[in-house]
Amino acid sequence: MDDMDVTSEAVISMRGVRAELGARPVLRGIDLTVRRGEVVALLGANGSGKSTAIRGVIGQVPISDGEIELFGIPRGRFRDWSRVGYVPQRTTAAGGVPATVTEIVSSGRLSRTRFGVFRRADHAAVRRALELVGMADRAKDSVNALSGGQHQRVLIARALVAEPELLIMDEPMAGVDLASQEILARTLREQVASGTTVLLVLHELGPLEPLIDRAVVLRDGCVLHDGPPPHAVGQHALPGHDHVHPHAPAGTESIRTGLLS
Amino acid sequence: MDFLNYAFMQRALLAAVLVGVTAPAVGIYLVQRRQALMGDGIGHVAMTGVGLGFLLSWSPVWMATAVSVLGSVLMELIRWYGRTRGDIALAMLFYGGMAGGVMFINLAPGGSNANLTSYLFGSLSTVSQSDVTAICLLAAFVVLVTLGLRRQLFAVSQDEEFARVTGLPVRALNLLTAVTAAVTVTVAMRVVGLLLVSALMVVPVAAAQQLSRSFAATFAIAVAIGVTVTISGTITSYYQDVPPGATIVLLTIAAFLALTALATPLARRRARAAAAAHPAGDPAECAVPATRGAGDAAAV
Repeated sequence: MDDMDVTSEAVISMRGVRAELGARPVLRGIDLTVRRGEVVALLGANGSGKSTAIRGVIGQVPISDGEIELFGIPRGRFRDWSRVGYVPQRTTAAGGVPATVTEIVSSGRLSRTRFGVFRRADHAAVRRALELVGMADRAKDSVNALSGGQHQRVLIARALVAEPELLIMDEPMAGVDLASQEILARTLREQVASGTTVLLVLHELGPLEPLIDRAVVLRDGCVLHDGPPPHAVGQHALPGHDHVHPHAPAGTESIRTGLLS
Repeated sequence: MDFLNYAFMQRALLAAVLVGVTAPAVGIYLVQRRQALMGDGIGHVAMTGVGLGFLLSWSPVWMATAVSVLGSVLMELIRWYGRTRGDIALAMLFYGGMAGGVMFINLAPGGSNANLTSYLFGSLSTVSQSDVTAICLLAAFVVLVTLGLRRQLFAVSQDEEFARVTGLPVRALNLLTAVTAAVTVTVAMRVVGLLLVSALMVVPVAAAQQLSRSFAATFAIAVAIGVTVTISGTITSYYQDVPPGATIVLLTIAAFLALTALATPLARRRARAAAAAHPAGDPAECAVPATRGAGDAAAV
């Protein structure tokens, strides 16, 4: 393990994590550490296990072996969920009854309330989260009237409203229009600047690339690469697209090969 | 207003109002989590309770409450563990519950399917004082849960996975929803009957959705519709010799159709207002093909 960096605590720590969906092994011994303040992208093809990995972290997929710790506490005993903001893949959040942007975002604040009673500070937090993602003017609109990108911004506001220390996002850029992508990248940049730790599943680095400290590439449920983001191709490889990674411990990360099954 | 002078009508109206409030109040969460037919299933299971009540000479209302609460907990457990075979297990539970009811009532001394009819389709005029007491107590429980825990129930019904990650006790809240739905079924049993109860849980919510954009407004409008149709259905059945349960359900569906007809121009006006309020609309969605189109044109 990378014990050389003792100054920053591990916010997420996965050791030898295995998981099956049905009889099919999806994770085959994942080691992954995310330290405070890091922005880590989980990359890989469809079916490589990246979504399962983060769903394992938040306890939505049972693991068959290995250990997962959140803020140094074994996941099974972790209760302080207001420290974690989760942005699921957009398809999961559709109810059968209309709901406004404010109502959806408010549900993310419940972890900070006692018995679901909202105080003035909670209402203020909801307004602030909506301003962060540029949706304050749509607060009273039904989420059904929003575009895909706007909907995604609402889900991110719902995760930010509890003022989490760790953001976990599953494909936040999937199906998001360009304007919303820029707003999302800006929101994320502000969060990272204020010290939020981020673990996100991405299909491609895209507009978030400048923010990423480290990329972990999965293939067939194993870690294929853990280090600086893979070499960019396309327009990101053009000269002038030089990225600065202020807290990337360049060269200190060992590249892990996938464990054999 | 001479019907108010009769004690049986006073009891009937009180029961009707309580059903008008509670059925949509629970139903909205069932509709939100796309389990609109759960009330129907619980109604089937409750029949076993009614049958047992007759067989053991206990209050059919309380027996139906006990059995349908058990049944709803079982349904929730099947939903957790059932996976792909869950719907088959639910089907067996529903029809087992119905067959059990018919069996028990025929085993009861002097019992026949005729006794079941008043529970299947409601029998408002025979609501007794002890029925009213039971209905009041059960309705108080339903209102307390559906209003007091509305933020938690909303979060769980909207996005269960997210609710779990916010640390909400999702399983407990799901069980509570199921139990509350079961209690509502038995509250409504005497008014609209077990076979029609699901209509009062679902249709007012569907009607309210035609007018509302928010969950809170949907809730309020659905309850208002529920109370309106149960009261007017009960009064109609007093003056015209028609069964109250069927009248109430048909009125609810009429309300749905009327509001749908009303809402279409309303939605159109809202869309126009929204377009005016956000003149930019969603330029981003169109920006990609637009710029690409411009580029293509330049290339040619």
